[in-house]
Amino acid sequence: MTITEDREAQAPDAPAGEVGKARRRKEDQRLITGRTRWTDNIQLPGMLHLAMVRSPFAHATISSIDAAEAKGAPGVIGVFTGEDLKDIQGVNITAWPVSPDQKTPDHLPVAVSHVAHAGEIVAVVVARSAAEARDAAELVDVDYDELPAVLDLKEAAKDEVLAHPDLGTNKSATWQLDSAGQGSGGDVDEAIAKARDGGIVIEREYRQQRLIPAFMEPRSTVVDPTGEQVTMWSATQIPHVLRFCIAATTGLPESKIRVIAPDVGGGFGGKLQTTPEEFATLAVARKLGKPCKFTETRSETMVSGHHGRDQWQKLTLSAEKDGTVTGLKVELMADLGAYAAIVGGGVPVLGAWMFNSIYKFGAYQFNTTNYYTNKTWVDAYRGAGRPEATYAIERLMDELAVEVGVDPLEIREKNWIKHEEFPFTTVAGMTYDSGNYEAATAKARELFGYDELRAEQKRRRESNDPVQLGLGVSTFTEMCGLAPSRILGALSYGAGGWESASIRMLATGTVEVVTGTSPHGQGHETAWSQIVADRLGVPFENVEVLHGDTQIAPKGMDSYGSRSLVVGGEAVLRAADKVIEKAKPIAAHLLEASVDDVEFKAGTFGVKGTDKGVTISEVALATWTGHNLPDGTEPSIDADATFDPDNFSFPHGTHLCAMEVDTETGATKMRKYVCVDDIGTIINPLIVEGQVHGGLVQGIAQALWEGAEYDDQGTLVTGSFVDYTLPTAADTISFVTDHTTSPSTYNTLGTKGVGEAGTIASTPAVVNAIVDAVRHLGVNDIVMPCTPERVWKAIQAGAAVTTEGERDAAPHFDEGAPNQDPASGASEGSDQ
Amino acid sequence: MTRINVTVDGVRYSDEVEPRTLLVQYLREGLGKTGTVVGCDTSNCGACTVHLDGTSVKSCNVLAVQADGHEVTTIEGLATDGELHPVQRAFHETHALQCGYCTPGMIMQACDLLKENADPSEQEIREGLEGNLCRCTGYHNIVKAVQQAAKDLSSQAVGS
Ligand code: FES
Ligand code: FES
Repeated sequence: MTITEDREAQAPDAPAGEVGKARRRKEDQRLITGRTRWTDNIQLPGMLHLAMVRSPFAHATISSIDAAEAKGAPGVIGVFTGEDLKDIQGVNITAWPVSPDQKTPDHLPVAVSHVAHAGEIVAVVVARSAAEARDAAELVDVDYDELPAVLDLKEAAKDEVLAHPDLGTNKSATWQLDSAGQGSGGDVDEAIAKARDGGIVIEREYRQQRLIPAFMEPRSTVVDPTGEQVTMWSATQIPHVLRFCIAATTGLPESKIRVIAPDVGGGFGGKLQTTPEEFATLAVARKLGKPCKFTETRSETMVSGHHGRDQWQKLTLSAEKDGTVTGLKVELMADLGAYAAIVGGGVPVLGAWMFNSIYKFGAYQFNTTNYYTNKTWVDAYRGAGRPEATYAIERLMDELAVEVGVDPLEIREKNWIKHEEFPFTTVAGMTYDSGNYEAATAKARELFGYDELRAEQKRRRESNDPVQLGLGVSTFTEMCGLAPSRILGALSYGAGGWESASIRMLATGTVEVVTGTSPHGQGHETAWSQIVADRLGVPFENVEVLHGDTQIAPKGMDSYGSRSLVVGGEAVLRAADKVIEKAKPIAAHLLEASVDDVEFKAGTFGVKGTDKGVTISEVALATWTGHNLPDGTEPSIDADATFDPDNFSFPHGTHLCAMEVDTETGATKMRKYVCVDDIGTIINPLIVEGQVHGGLVQGIAQALWEGAEYDDQGTLVTGSFVDYTLPTAADTISFVTDHTTSPSTYNTLGTKGVGEAGTIASTPAVVNAIVDAVRHLGVNDIVMPCTPERVWKAIQAGAAVTTEGERDAAPHFDEGAPNQDPASGASEGSDQ
Repeated sequence: MTRINVTVDGVRYSDEVEPRTLLVQYLREGLGKTGTVVGCDTSNCGACTVHLDGTSVKSCNVLAVQADGHEVTTIEGLATDGELHPVQRAFHETHALQCGYCTPGMIMQACDLLKENADPSEQEIREGLEGNLCRCTGYHNIVKAVQQAAKDLSSQAVGS
């Protein structure tokens, strides 16, 4: 039973090579027939099952743990507390202390003396079945002394209640990028001061609510300690990073650890983590000398897997009277939750180069202050720092357009980098190599029917239609391809950003490609095969891509930050080129020609001016036999390559969204969504489109539906799929996606990365559309998620304001009194 | 323990199960039918969807004992005689899956939907899949897959 490709839709203008072809995925066959290898499927002889005892309190000291009853329960093998595992359990580390004086609380996988958020593990029960382990976990009697918990980010900043009393403050670190200081632009305070006198100053405070990544496969870990190496299977995006962290903190030598990420069911950053559960499972398996498995329930994922976003953004934009932007000052407060996670304090910092986006600001300053609270830790979630930045700037550009009295597309065009200005060094100090914002916008505008929709909006407004129409714009850019190692080093990140690949030319003509990336839905097996098939001139079907096992792919930096293709794909390509290089003298020898006369084309080494030739597969076979090689030649044409990029890549795009808003009920409905993305060269348009669609819905979900909410005890009230409202098929629409192409100049293929684009761009497009629909009713902001209730309340509050002047932004920020629109329910949750 | 007799993907099984065992647990742990997966603990995600006597059910919401005397079809039993089911094919051809975790449930639900309504509109497809969550695809291509499968199934019916 195999998939036949007979109906593969090949457009008449389909590319001759593999790159650019809408190949159906190699991965699918197993996934559509249920022949999958999820971590939770793994059963080993004598395997034991773990259940976690978790703290119900947000902040408490542990006074005693009585496990006697649990130990006597049916099937139970043992109960382990943090104290029991203390010597070998390791620690969950952060890779990115953003400042030398960052305060970082120790994060033990199983808490020993205290807990800092609800859901933290305090004991591990081991039993012969998962059900028995879970039953017995209920019997573990933990005595806590509850401590006051700090839950709200702004409260945390006051340092009145401390998330970690021993740190003496909730403040983790501050980090600044200043264009005047680093010489990439002017002084932002001067620019703002100047604008206050005759120019335009826009001051806003926006909220980035807390989100939950909600990958569909709950996390699971199996550890087999019985071999010479300890083997860990885990539902992770980062098997290589995990192996490093285990070695760095548990005392196990790195060479004794094998980590495997088998089939992994989504991640979106949510599995870019080394988790307490992984470390606890490893520790217990080592203690017992038996294979152990832990698979979390969804409710556990919600409280224990890291969350995303969670920022307050204070923003000041200055412009000249005509709308030419001059300065942008960003002051963030970021909630890290209870601990600094693996990227941790670095997530808000990743936004530092992106708030200025595609616009030519003369002066810029970015500041973030990161705080701890007694809530679930926060880390990378699709976009990590960049969606937050894009939201802020794209909302502000709409506000500026209103202030100047022009169309939001016009104000953007006035200020963006023109296509002939590339390469362009931004006020944040990044050099954008390529892009064409005009082209993407023109195409999007046309596909959207922008002018017709504007006309409809006008009609509805004039006729006082209870259902108003709003158009939202987002002309975003992002930085992809994490990351040049030197830049990471300069930012005190704990690792490099290179990627590695190997190509093994097998004797029988097939090719093994080993990649250090670790896909979990992105289709690397297909895309990498296309790249290699083109480069080596071998059939697509003959290429096998191997990944996700530190024994098979010993070197890698894994998959996140839209890096896999841009960095990992380039490593694959370079390895292929090395194979050709190594094969060439052997081919020349076989052809009895001089190396200089041999050229490689479409899989064959030919002698110039003759029809003599030998295929690369023939060379591979000849190399394998080794019978007839040039003197002194190593009998191998296999090759490795490790690629470290010189710069990031900068995909961009224009997203346009039309929302209908029922002004009587606050209900919103998406009418149309068009996006034109420029992601450089496309390897597989089908995969790219899929990435865009999925990204869009995640971004739209932030705008409309999702938000992690805590009660005042620190209990996550959106703790299951009943309360955390993920979008369904019935909530969403079909999208119009298209592309323009300006290839990246930093890699051979010209690729830029697409994994996060949809999520980064769509959130502000949706909110801009809603605000646009009701702005004439006095609304200039609605806190996300824009639920019907919030929209309705905003309309009510806006309607109560009678004069234009009263709605204007205050000229200065007052401490403690954010100058948001009164309609927006400035303190989060106040309208819940 | 209770004895149950169930036919799963065409094979008859007779097993002792704990009364509290969920059908999905029995399939995965008892029979090794790991193609069917669990995505939540509140019956919201639909990842565990199988057919019970030809109708889709969330197998995390059914006890194994309730399947006693009945016939279960999982994603592993959907293809027949080495031929993919048209819905499976359509998912592949329209790229309606990425990580593939929701896919078994999504496909089983789509089959049920098309059995009830051979020519669904986009809205009917979307509503018919409302109980199945996918975090990867944004549903766009899943809807396309069901539309394509509907066409294929109807031309198959005409053809036979
Ligand atoms: S596992 Fe989520 S509905 Fe059954
Ligand atoms: S394909 Fe990943 S959840 Fe649907």
